[in-house]
Amino acid sequence: MTLSALGDSAVVAVLGTDIDEAVLARVRALTAALETDRPAGILDVVPAYASVTVFYDPLRLEGEGGRPYERVCRLLTERARNLDAVAKKKFTSPARTVEIPVSYGGEFGPDLELLARHCGIDPAEVIKRHQGADYRVHAIGFAPGFCYLGGLPKPLHMPRRATPRPTVPAGSVGIGGAQTGVYPLSTPGGWQLIGRTPLALFQPGEAEPARLRVGDRVKFKSISSEEFGLWK
Amino acid sequence: MEVTVIRAGMLTTVQDLGRRGWRAAGVPLSGAMDPFALRIANLLVGNPEDAAVLECTLVGPELVFSTDTVVAIGGAAFAAAPSWQPFPVAAGVPLKLGPTLTGSRGYIAIAGGLRIPPVLGSRSTYLRAGLGGFAGRALRDGDVVPAYGQPRRFAEHWRIDPRILPAYSRSPTVRIVSGAQADEFGGRLAKVEYRILAQSDRMGVRLGGPRLVRIGGADELVSSAVAPGTIQVPPDGQPIVLMADAQTIGGYPQAANVVSVDLPLVAQTRPGDRMRFEEIPLTEAQQLLLDRERVIGMLREGLKQKLT
Repeated sequence: MTLSALGDSAVVAVLGTDIDEAVLARVRALTAALETDRPAGILDVVPAYASVTVFYDPLRLEGEGGRPYERVCRLLTERARNLDAVAKKKFTSPARTVEIPVSYGGEFGPDLELLARHCGIDPAEVIKRHQGADYRVHAIGFAPGFCYLGGLPKPLHMPRRATPRPTVPAGSVGIGGAQTGVYPLSTPGGWQLIGRTPLALFQPGEAEPARLRVGDRVKFKSISSEEFGLWK
Repeated sequence: MEVTVIRAGMLTTVQDLGRRGWRAAGVPLSGAMDPFALRIANLLVGNPEDAAVLECTLVGPELVFSTDTVVAIGGAAFAAAPSWQPFPVAAGVPLKLGPTLTGSRGYIAIAGGLRIPPVLGSRSTYLRAGLGGFAGRALRDGDVVPAYGQPRRFAEHWRIDPRILPAYSRSPTVRIVSGAQADEFGGRLAKVEYRILAQSDRMGVRLGGPRLVRIGGADELVSSAVAPGTIQVPPDGQPIVLMADAQTIGGYPQAANVVSVDLPLVAQTRPGDRMRFEEIPLTEAQQLLLDRERVIGMLREGLKQKLT
């Protein structure tokens, strides 16, 4: 684990250089260790791919026990004790599996045909392979509740659009390079859109507004546009 | 009480000190680009420091209030109204701000604050996802914004000490602390002068200047958390200072981070302005933050006798 300052109010703990399951387990283990009994003055704990960043309030950590940055580094070092063992034992298997229903193609997936041509397979095969794979949430960012999913089969990789769309409808399922994901809210976006889910992935009114967490396992399930319309 | 927007100005949004505690869910901080100006404007009308105000950009709005009220403007200055000082506005008389004289972003605090339902603990507007604020969007001509009309009286003939204000400038020297990939840029960020580009917005202030080339570390980086103040360097070598609406994680190399107390200087620059960077130690950055809090605390105490 290497620690470095992200400005005067955050510390980044880097736990690896690759995007893989072992690093993800370490990220989840450290996040959990920081979230249980979170000390005063720690504002946010942000896991992403191979790092965990702790945002703190330097004004509340000033005083006894050294400068705020050193105190947070010490906290991280303490909580990271036995990290590898804990990661292997408790965080290798996914926390939860979330199934995301998707109506592929048509008006919901305007780039499905384009992606199929780019990948040299027919659209039905794209759908089959996209919903057949096992995905893991490696990071949340870009927009509220937007998950970066690892596990997209190689034959479905396609670069993002040269010019992003000014508005991508909420629920759109896209592919950007080696990643796939869902736009939880209507935002600008550059991924190739292959379908849409009726499932709300970000609800600001809920106690836990983002439905997915880093480490979750995700499965996509094809539904018809009629089923999409009936979804509650 | 209501505030009617006759003319919205260039970009006027409802803001407070931002949405804290939701970064893990991908929710940006948002809130005021210049949090110092928002806090002081609120204090000057007797509001809690994090009350919702209007943030306007380059061209201010024209507003009409449904009852007599007290207003204070911080940050950018306007010809039509005093700066950093409470002033009365009568019901029905338009407050027409027009273009900023200095600075880029003005904070219009109204005694009592704006009556906006909080979303995830904040009334700030996150434009990109249409979250919070007034219907999740910038104000338009004709909007009617509800406010808590709080009658307020204030003593005349006093001013805040201008020495407590950040060193706002059209060519500020902005202090930075070293960032994750700083070594790969060899400290060159602090050696040149940058120009503020017109594409700057609430997500980031874009800088133009000599191309900043990364030495070594040519590999693609794995995305990690970023924050307001993080200076990202995309492959074109033109740095971006991330600001209030910046996304929560990013994959570009990070050359440095602007210290918290100097973010207002960045927020108040306009396209065409110049900027230089000066690196300071982290302990000094945190000391500056403590010093500023002490000054704001003294102002808060001092205002108790002047506002009733």
